Amino acid sequence: MDNNVIIDLRNISVKFGEEQVLRNINLYIRDKEFVTLLGPSGCGKTTTLRVIAGFLEPDEGDVVFDGKRVNGVPPHKRPVNTIFQRYALFPHLNVYENVAFGLRLRKLPESHIKAKTAEMLELVNLKGFNRRNVASLSGGQQQRVAIARALAVEPRVLLLDEPLGALDLKLRKDMQVELKSMQQRLGITFIYVTHDQEEALSMSDTIVVMDEGEIQQIGTPQGIYNEPKNAFVADFIGESNILDGTMRRDLFVDFSGKRFKCLDKGFEKNEPVDVVVRPEDVDVVAAGEGMLRGTVTSVTFKGVHYEIIVDIKGFKWMIQSTENQNVGDEIGLDIEPDAIHIMKKSVYSGRFGDYSSFSEEFDELSDPEEEEDI
Amino acid sequence: MKKRSALAHKMAVSPYMLWSALFIVAPMFFVVYYSFTSADGGFTLGNMTQLGKYTDTFLRSIWFGFLATFLCLLIAYPLAYAIAKSSANVQRTMVALVMLPMWMNFLIRTYSWMTILQNTGVINNILDALGFGRVKMLNTPGAVILGMVYNFLPFMILPLYSVLAKLDPSVVEAAQDLGGNSLTVLSKVILPLSMPGIASGLTMVFVPSVSTFYISQKLGGGSFDLIGDVIERQFQQSYNYNLGAAISLVLMVLILLCMAFLNRFTSGEEEMVV
Amino acid sequence: MSRLSKFYTFLVFLFLYAPIVVMIVFSFNASDSTGLLEGFSVKWYRVLMGDRAIMQALYNTLILAVASSVAATVIGTLAAVGLDKWKKNWVRTGVMTVTNIPMMNPEIVTGVSMMLLFVFMGRLVAGSGTLGFGTILIAHVTFNLPYVILSVLPKLRQTDPHLTEAAQDLGCTPLKAFFKAVLPSISTGILTGMLMAFTLSLDDFIISYFTTGPGFQTLPIAIFSMTKKRVKPDMYALSTLIFFSILVLLVLINISQARGENKRARQYKKGEV
Repeated sequence: MDNNVIIDLRNISVKFGEEQVLRNINLYIRDKEFVTLLGPSGCGKTTTLRVIAGFLEPDEGDVVFDGKRVNGVPPHKRPVNTIFQRYALFPHLNVYENVAFGLRLRKLPESHIKAKTAEMLELVNLKGFNRRNVASLSGGQQQRVAIARALAVEPRVLLLDEPLGALDLKLRKDMQVELKSMQQRLGITFIYVTHDQEEALSMSDTIVVMDEGEIQQIGTPQGIYNEPKNAFVADFIGESNILDGTMRRDLFVDFSGKRFKCLDKGFEKNEPVDVVVRPEDVDVVAAGEGMLRGTVTSVTFKGVHYEIIVDIKGFKWMIQSTENQNVGDEIGLDIEPDAIHIMKKSVYSGRFGDYSSFSEEFDELSDPEEEEDI
Repeated sequence: MKKRSALAHKMAVSPYMLWSALFIVAPMFFVVYYSFTSADGGFTLGNMTQLGKYTDTFLRSIWFGFLATFLCLLIAYPLAYAIAKSSANVQRTMVALVMLPMWMNFLIRTYSWMTILQNTGVINNILDALGFGRVKMLNTPGAVILGMVYNFLPFMILPLYSVLAKLDPSVVEAAQDLGGNSLTVLSKVILPLSMPGIASGLTMVFVPSVSTFYISQKLGGGSFDLIGDVIERQFQQSYNYNLGAAISLVLMVLILLCMAFLNRFTSGEEEMVV
Repeated sequence: MSRLSKFYTFLVFLFLYAPIVVMIVFSFNASDSTGLLEGFSVKWYRVLMGDRAIMQALYNTLILAVASSVAATVIGTLAAVGLDKWKKNWVRTGVMTVTNIPMMNPEIVTGVSMMLLFVFMGRLVAGSGTLGFGTILIAHVTFNLPYVILSVLPKLRQTDPHLTEAAQDLGCTPLKAFFKAVLPSISTGILTGMLMAFTLSLDDFIISYFTTGPGFQTLPIAIFSMTKKRVKPDMYALSTLIFFSILVLLVLINISQARGENKRARQYKKGEV
């Protein structure tokens, strides 16, 4: 393990009554790293954050900060600060006093408080807002005040709990860029919680994918996208066609009734596996050419590409192509060996992957503000 | 940490729990205890069997209370609606004006009505000057009910106002849009939506009306005894606490029955409408 | 407002204010009649100022109102804070039900029930003569408590549950977080509750009537014993004075509220630009 590890979670388990919210979480976070905890609501990502902040004591396991165990250390004594989902600004204080709150508690001289607060408000582009009532600010401005307030006390680690969830899409994109550049400039460790995979992919150094209280995969954005560990990760990050397959031997896999060349090895002979093919990696060719043949059942124009659903032996594939196709046409599909990714079977096998109905997925992503995550 | 804060919260409630056990719950037990004992402390049903002679009083109280409550609803609803429809500043002023009389001592206000209604009072002086002759108004059942309506009208206006003010105007517009005329909009949309306010107003007027004892003495001239008057006499004149407790107990039960009936309309346990 | 509703509003307010107008007018009556005007004078105000018993009752009422509203505010706010975080179970439901009892019960029953408790306990402890300042104070705190709790609870529910955590996160101990973050954001609820308690206590007659003794007279009780006989206009003078002090208070509150709202609206507009 590197010596610049700042936070180390060892075998963390948390139960709310009968419900196991976190199951044996092991995770270390390096100094100055941008780590994202990604998962659907109820996966335990916010709980993990609260364990690190000290709002929640784990039932089992150790929280180690800078090599020292900090279980039982109350939140106000931990060198981490949190940006809350709905900002939790103090409604009775103006912008200046909100930012100065933590500094005042540290009994710093007034001149220092003034300088630091001004610096922070400048950092978040809120110069001149000092005496404004926080309730009169827009969502994006409140968000900035929350960031300034947390950064003012110079935390080693900043915890962000779905900080952009309440903002509209345009503002969210801008803030993503701003947060990332802020993190790099200040050299602070960010631990970021979100259920938005795009946000996670574009901002993070490391992504931790979670589901049902367990870590599913830890890796770089590229690693997670290209080499998902199981069907859950493959489905949650980006679009994917997930098929049942059999590994014949190294570099050869059977699925959809055909044998394909692939780049994966190290499986048992004839081991059943999950096969992932990303929609953008499938080439459309004339019917009769290519490895597979199927019928177009729907086409949706998405701007940069068409989203085409193709029925191949009852399995609905999603394909992204720049060329339009007609519904009802027969087409051929070709898949390069490097476009095929093989995963070991898991509890998630068979639960995802078919595009005969993709409404469920949309439900989950459409209203980020509604849910209060655990 | 979870457990420590839960303990702190329980400790915060404990003074109140102790207080309410001693001074809300225990007194209720004493009402029951006194109702079923005689002056020397022995068990008896005598107090309860004596209640028969107050049947008329009970019935009159409930009847007067019912009339006063109904009149309050009738008077208050249009007013509350008019207030809720006006601009924010007007609303604030109107609500303040409705509340203002409540902060005047109710004994004085009631007494003031006496001087207005009496044979030599303001109204009769005017009537007399106009040549209509004097009308006996004081010491009639009407005067007692007028006193009740007057004193408790704000308790009806305020909860009605607060539900009507919260009523989403687009709901009304939607109803009109769907083809409802003013009357159907009122009966199918506005009235049902203001039910919680109506129910809470009915309770807030009915309970004090049924149990009042001063209004009837002053405006009814003592000839229309209400149940409150009987209770007051047991405690402040004849010192028959046991009989007084028994009457109070029955009054309480009667009111609880009426409330249970009313609560069918309301929803939400801890809402305060004023 | 339409003409019709204006006229209707006028009629209802005429009804509500008729006895108050009569009272104000007759407080300036030259004779001691409360039915017949016989010229203008302020002598009843002078009589009032000279009435030691009334002044004592006024003083008693104020002391009682301050003491009972402060006590109820402290106990009630603590209770509300605890109850807000309390999980829904039978204890919580029980406490809330008990809280509703003084509000649902007719005042006369509340008064009588407490009188029975005090009399019973008094007999056990001291023989007799227990009713007085102590008992009336207990009674007032008791009927004030639900109003405090029910005006603080909604405020607590409106506040961001993460506010305490945010304060702790920035360096507050849990207790300090409560005082620095929670208390200020529920302060309007606490103030409303306290004001309500104060005015209820000032105005209460029925419960006071059963829970105090001859040693401690409040203004409403003094008025009651006077209205048993013939009321002289000095009572009207007193009520007129009370009426105008409350009127001034209400106007001030109204103005400050309107100002606050306009200011917030203006700031919000600026924030949007």
